[in-house]
Amino acid sequence: MSTVKKTKSTAKKPAVKKQAAAPAASVATKAAAGDQNHGGAEGSGVRRRDFIHVAAVSFAGVGAAAVAMPLVSQMSASADVLALASIEVDVAAIQPGQSIKTSWRKQPVFIRNLTPAEVEEANKVDVGSLRDPQTLAERTKPGKENWLITLGVCTHLGCVPLGAASGEVKGEYGGYFCPCHGSHYDTAARIRKGPAPLNLAVPEFAFISDTVVKIG
Amino acid sequence: MSFPWAQEYKPQGTVSKWVDERLPLPRLVYNAVGAGYPVPRNLNYFWNFGVLAGVALVIQIVTGIVLAMHYYASVDGAFNSVEHIMRDVNSGWFVRYAHMNGASFFFIVVYIHIFRGLFYGSYKAPREMIWLLGVTIFLLMMATAFMGYVLPWGQMSFWGAQVITGFFSAIPLVGEPLRQLLLGGFAPDQAALNRFFSLHYLLPFIIAGVIILHIWALHIPGSSNPTGVSVKGEQDTVPFHPYYTAKDGFGLGVFLIFFVAVTFFAPNMLGHPDNYIPANPLSTPAHIVPEWYFLPFYAILKAFTVDFGIPFTGIIIIPAKLMGVLAMFGSILLLFFLPWLDTSPVRSGHYRPLFRKFFWYGLIPSLAILTYCGGKPPYTQWVVLSQLAAAYYFAHFLIILPIVSRIERPLPLPNSITEAVTGKPLPAAA
Amino acid sequence: MVRLVAFLVGLFFSGMLLLGLGDTVITAIKEPAVPSVEAEFHEETLPVSFAHDGPLGKYDRGQLQRGLKVYSEVCAACHSLKLVSFRDFAALGYSEEQVKALAKAWKTEVPSINPETGEPATRPAIPADKIPSPFANEVAARAANNNALPPDLSLITKAREGGPAYVYSLLLGYRDQAGYKSEEGKELLKEFPEAATPAGLHFNPWFANLNIAMAAPIVSDDQVTYDDGTKATKEQMARDVSAFLTWAAEPKMENRKSAGWAALGFLLVFTVLAWMSYKTIWADKKH
Repeated sequence: MSTVKKTKSTAKKPAVKKQAAAPAASVATKAAAGDQNHGGAEGSGVRRRDFIHVAAVSFAGVGAAAVAMPLVSQMSASADVLALASIEVDVAAIQPGQSIKTSWRKQPVFIRNLTPAEVEEANKVDVGSLRDPQTLAERTKPGKENWLITLGVCTHLGCVPLGAASGEVKGEYGGYFCPCHGSHYDTAARIRKGPAPLNLAVPEFAFISDTVVKIG
Repeated sequence: MSFPWAQEYKPQGTVSKWVDERLPLPRLVYNAVGAGYPVPRNLNYFWNFGVLAGVALVIQIVTGIVLAMHYYASVDGAFNSVEHIMRDVNSGWFVRYAHMNGASFFFIVVYIHIFRGLFYGSYKAPREMIWLLGVTIFLLMMATAFMGYVLPWGQMSFWGAQVITGFFSAIPLVGEPLRQLLLGGFAPDQAALNRFFSLHYLLPFIIAGVIILHIWALHIPGSSNPTGVSVKGEQDTVPFHPYYTAKDGFGLGVFLIFFVAVTFFAPNMLGHPDNYIPANPLSTPAHIVPEWYFLPFYAILKAFTVDFGIPFTGIIIIPAKLMGVLAMFGSILLLFFLPWLDTSPVRSGHYRPLFRKFFWYGLIPSLAILTYCGGKPPYTQWVVLSQLAAAYYFAHFLIILPIVSRIERPLPLPNSITEAVTGKPLPAAA
Repeated sequence: MVRLVAFLVGLFFSGMLLLGLGDTVITAIKEPAVPSVEAEFHEETLPVSFAHDGPLGKYDRGQLQRGLKVYSEVCAACHSLKLVSFRDFAALGYSEEQVKALAKAWKTEVPSINPETGEPATRPAIPADKIPSPFANEVAARAANNNALPPDLSLITKAREGGPAYVYSLLLGYRDQAGYKSEEGKELLKEFPEAATPAGLHFNPWFANLNIAMAAPIVSDDQVTYDDGTKATKEQMARDVSAFLTWAAEPKMENRKSAGWAALGFLLVFTVLAWMSYKTIWADKKH
């Protein structure tokens, strides 16, 4: 506080003269450049006086930014939405060759019990030739290679591919087929043909028992 | 503007010049709230409240837009969506409490702004238009605040909507159909809630528009001042920037300290517990009261207890209920006529000894009593007090002010603002 | 013209108000207000203090956990807590696992549908669920409670004058009406013989109309066994559950207070700077 007081008292005197000469002189930082013309002691007083204005305006700016933070962060997912970020699914009833559609974070998730033939077909593919090279093992859990769990969101523009419900078209590679722009996915849900750039995404998941899988 | 010595906007860089030639918006701002607007040098702190009211409106609009992102106007979901904001939305409690208390602080600031105008005669020629626009803003604010209070759909929201739209049913012949038109039904329900939300979102922007007119009208004659003496020359004024921007910055800090103290430490102090009970159309709260800023008008409404009719015939010309409603609206509408009711050529209350007495010992206490009694149950002592205070309120504006303006002998006015400030006559003032 | 009309309008309104004033006074003299039993015998809240009181107050986590236990074992049989989720209990100091266990063990299950048949069914709660209500709907709640509706408790401390002190007083406020005297020594049934509590209601001078449908919920010490070994006196249980319900109504109170102090500190510095800036700018101007 004492330094502040000193600043003020030294600032006062030159300020009177200067302001009398140009009553409307802008006190913003810009004016400081002009003040350089004043002689030694007076000049430094003026600069110190300007410091108060700069500090006050900066404080106001910082305050406005601090208030803006909650006003923006309110838009991100609220606590009740985040609470649903993980789900547990009982997969005991899904027979080989069947799949179910469930919903996770308001997005469709495909859970598919692959038949041995489908697993074999997926493993036969030369990984190097794929657009998004990944093996089936990399997309499933060890010992549970028949459980293919992917997001049902086409990596092209976000449509839901067909092939999870019985009777739906599974595409040329026996996996999934996106009808919007014709992307074909194979039995490991890897992109094989069409505009989609990536394989169907595999969410974070884990088997918490033999038949219950936790997604998210 | 109207002062020849006002500084002219001089764009510095090439970009500024380029913009100025095509869209002179910076010039407009410079002349409105920059160095280009000369303001009397003697304004006191009461002149801070215009800017503060503008800040309060901005706070309400910004927080309101955020709340509308999460609120849903449904009779089943509105209450829970507000609680969702309070509990689950990130910083939602802050935004909601700021909006809730922001409304109260908006009214505090505007009331002080209005009383400043009343005391210093800011409504007098040549500033009548500024005053008329100001009263319009006040009416719009009241409508906006009322509809906003309905949105959480708590008990007070619901019964407030019921009672306030009930005013209209007092109007003869068209009353009941008009009420049904306003509510979109026989009682407040989904239709009413939805339209109140729509209008509550719309009106603040209309208020902002009228504020622009208010400021425009202000810049024709320039700001009034505590002496009420007109500006005579350059020595009487200082440029708005930096002089009053700095003063307003300080005033803003003080205002925000009060606002923050209430919002963060006593956010429900100005509210009513019953509004944390979801609306129940089958049960009225024991004691319904409007928000504090409507209490004086509510007291006036309740103060009318006898019918106006021909004595001993039983013929009623104006029933008490209708009279209460007319008087309540009248108590605000009479402000529109104030510039022509107070005919004294002296503006400032400082130089009007009689006016000043009636202002401090009549008007202010009567409004304080009305505010207090408005929130009280209808017991004899409160009814009597509010009847006295309301009678004074109408007499003050409609009878006393015109008479005082005629008979009062004002004190000698200073020759100029500068003389009033420095205490010595300047050659320039002669 | 304006002034003439104004004068007449003013005379009319003021005149009618003064007439009304006379009328009010005459009525008051002719028919003096009858004292009501509520006005004479309704009690102010009992004095009680909490750790979360005041601008620096914080919730006492142990107390909130005890209060939750009282709520779940005593209140939850009739009163819902619809706005609170199990996940919110993490704020009481429970771990994710404990919250999960609490949800799973909750007495009332969450309504759902049988995935095979589509018939209505129930399932154990998960942390993301709101606290399940003890009754399916208002009709069921009234039917089970002598046609009285037990209010939801999520916001009870904000929805009643007095807040937590009201809840505390109400819980401890059950009295025997026979021979009940106010502090001034007036005996209720002597002053107002017609105000005897009707059958099915319970006398409680802290309730607005003195007769509450709820039977005394906290009846004896050790009605609840606290996990932390605190002695569960009636007073302790009433205080703990009042604190818990305060948290339920205002879960963000601690964030609010700490943000408030930060904002106030910041604004004080800003205001001092702004004042110095203002004084410097005006230093040469007499005003």
